Amino acid sequence: MGETNQNLYSGSFNIEGGNFNSAGIVSTNIKSILKKLGIPGDLVRKAAIVSYEAEINVVSYAKKAVVNLTVNSGTVQIEVIDEGPGIPNIELAMQEGWSTADQKIREMGFGAGMGLCNIKNYSDDFHITSEVGKGTHLKMIIQTP
Amino acid sequence: MKLSDVRDILDAEVIVGQDSMDMEVKTAFGADLMSDVLAFAKSGSLLLTGLTNTQVIRTANVLDIAAIILVRAKKPSAETIALARELKIPILTTKYILFETAGRLYMKGIVGCLPKVENTSGRN
Amino acid sequence: MKIEEIVKTLGLEVVCGGDHLGKEVTGGYTGDLLSDVMGNAREGFLWITRQVHQNIVAVASLKELAGIILINSCQPARETTEKAEAEKIPILVSNLPAFELSGKVYNLLTAKSS
Repeated sequence: MGETNQNLYSGSFNIEGGNFNSAGIVSTNIKSILKKLGIPGDLVRKAAIVSYEAEINVVSYAKKAVVNLTVNSGTVQIEVIDEGPGIPNIELAMQEGWSTADQKIREMGFGAGMGLCNIKNYSDDFHITSEVGKGTHLKMIIQTP
Repeated sequence: MKLSDVRDILDAEVIVGQDSMDMEVKTAFGADLMSDVLAFAKSGSLLLTGLTNTQVIRTANVLDIAAIILVRAKKPSAETIALARELKIPILTTKYILFETAGRLYMKGIVGCLPKVENTSGRN
Repeated sequence: MKIEEIVKTLGLEVVCGGDHLGKEVTGGYTGDLLSDVMGNAREGFLWITRQVHQNIVAVASLKELAGIILINSCQPARETTEKAEAEKIPILVSNLPAFELSGKVYNLLTAKSS
């Protein structure tokens, strides 16, 4: 039943900031990996959401990022470490509807200010730190109940 | 139908405009993007949207929108409510998603405020 | 109800994914904000939107949506169609605006389940 919490997968992916053409590729990859590992559907769905929102944030605002995926039986951990402008006020950024997106991003349907909210809502554990001028670090953990 | 019927069909909460429940409405328009509302919404129509900022109220005022229906249980900010009161634009909020909100109203006889749109330039 | 029945009844244009119209549709989601769709749409839903850029395919794929219907005769971008073909996501086009199209699809799905 997986009580031993063994490691099933560890891997890293790169996201290129500003590249909306390939935005979503990492999340699709992650989802595919999780499905192949037989991770339960609920977890896969949540992981897809948090991964995608984090990926779009990187593409929208950062220079680039590394995504570390760690899968143990019963736990999916997604860590996103970006190089970018950082977030001056995390509390503000976490507010639903708060966005610094430009017009081009908004017209595409991004930048509604729900990304970080979605990430928090769909993670069982969520940590965010950021340094202005350096970048932002997200860590999301999703667990079987 | 009356706005009170709309309220009942959508199990909606009336946030602004309790005294406008006798208003007649026949048409509706749904959009999430402000630019679409500006480009397409017609006067006298209901606006179904998830947008809750004050700009929606300004736009509704400019376009003479009959009332705003906020979907997905979205709640307007205090500034939005104040502006809506000032400009006398009813705001209702419903827990239903836009698809279901449109569906329920459509099945009760509300029609789209636009005719079919052929061959747009695919503005993107 | 299968997608093909909705396509036939509403006269939708099939841009791509014509081989995958046998998918069962469990509901609909109308909206143009991608985070919103990501957060709320369910597997098997048809997504009604005016967004035509290729990112809609990733969203549809991640959420395992049945397909995408573009409103107002919007045509998908070339990259969108290519990605959708690869992901086996049908993209359909309607000349109706969002409200009317949502109403009709809702009507079909509700009538079928009653």
